[in-house]
Amino acid sequence: MSNQEIGKEIHKSAPSSTDEFIKGLWKDNPVFVQVLGMCPVLAVSNTAENALAMGIATAFVLLMSNILVSLLRHFIPKEVRIASYVLIIATFVTITDYAIQSISVDLHKSLGAFIFLIVVNCLILSRAEAFASKNTVGKSIMDALGMGLGFILALFSLGAVREILGSGAFFGMSLFPDGFQKWVIMILPAGGFFTLAAWLLIFNLIKQKRAIS
Amino acid sequence: MNEESFSQIFINASLVNNFVLAYFLGICPFLGVSGKIDTSSKMGAAVTFVMLISSMCAYGIHALLVAINAPFLQLISYIVVIAATVQLVEMFVKKMSPTLFKALGIFLPLITTNCAILGLALFQTNKGYDFLQSIVYALGAGAGFTLALVLIAGLREQLEFAEVPNVIKGTVLTLMLAGILSLTFMGFSGLGSN
Repeated sequence: MSNQEIGKEIHKSAPSSTDEFIKGLWKDNPVFVQVLGMCPVLAVSNTAENALAMGIATAFVLLMSNILVSLLRHFIPKEVRIASYVLIIATFVTITDYAIQSISVDLHKSLGAFIFLIVVNCLILSRAEAFASKNTVGKSIMDALGMGLGFILALFSLGAVREILGSGAFFGMSLFPDGFQKWVIMILPAGGFFTLAAWLLIFNLIKQKRAIS
Repeated sequence: MNEESFSQIFINASLVNNFVLAYFLGICPFLGVSGKIDTSSKMGAAVTFVMLISSMCAYGIHALLVAINAPFLQLISYIVVIAATVQLVEMFVKKMSPTLFKALGIFLPLITTNCAILGLALFQTNKGYDFLQSIVYALGAGAGFTLALVLIAGLREQLEFAEVPNVIKGTVLTLMLAGILSLTFMGFSGLGSN
């Protein structure tokens, strides 16, 4: 058995913290593979900046709630766990909301109610229930970082495509010469559905190609 | 205070600014339960009911929070009320109609994490609707949610018979349909503005 194969064996038996981190980026990407937390993904991804801010806010709430849920996992009675998780998440979302408001009022306005709606993002609750409530704090942190980064990446790739095509700009900087015909549909709600469909299609194609080879 | 008339609020919430197709709220059940017309219409009814109750409660809570000057409790109290309402609906449905309870299955408790409901409570507070306006707004949003769900379920039932490439099947196809539906709903824009 070569070194690499031995490595793979260990890999299977007990996932290390690095694996917990990496799985969120690609294999279990929250948006493209698990299709979780779609509402904010579609709603605030009309510019790259909004998408990035929303991604960071969500990742922060995910990280903090994962840590707290993991710390309290022996104290929360099973019957009321979901309610407790929701309360923990709601607390951190309120903190985030006030933080964003103090950093940039404009950003707070353009994200609007969607900061509050992080509470009902299924991604955060599902990580609390499926991972943090069963694992150590260290692993939960890695899991939250990976999933959070995967979420940011997905949101950003959606926002970038929509902004470049829809308003011919990137982070507000104009990219194309004057003659460029903007694809206005991309910033409209319909464009969100189409862009996400296109990204999922790309993911599916890659997966299919790998399965064949 | 908001001066909009009841019919304006209803049309705006259900068609022009449809919660699913324009605000992207409640996408999870939209993608998950929209396989059959029958289930999706029942789901729509359950969501509408929860919306109605939680919208009324949210109105009261908002008034209370303004009175005691504690706006930072808004989110936490809303979500607790919604969770309690869903629990209540669940017990009610279980008692009154066990068949419907079985048909809805896991998606009944999942209404708690439906962002359309929390979104509704937040929007009505932001817009400053009074009690009756809030009720009409909730009914409109519920009707719009049900409409979108039933429409997409109908399309998906038809597509069962079509030959679709494997890579597109499932979520990708549903998202494409939703995009086209969303474009169609843009035709309603300007309808409730006057």
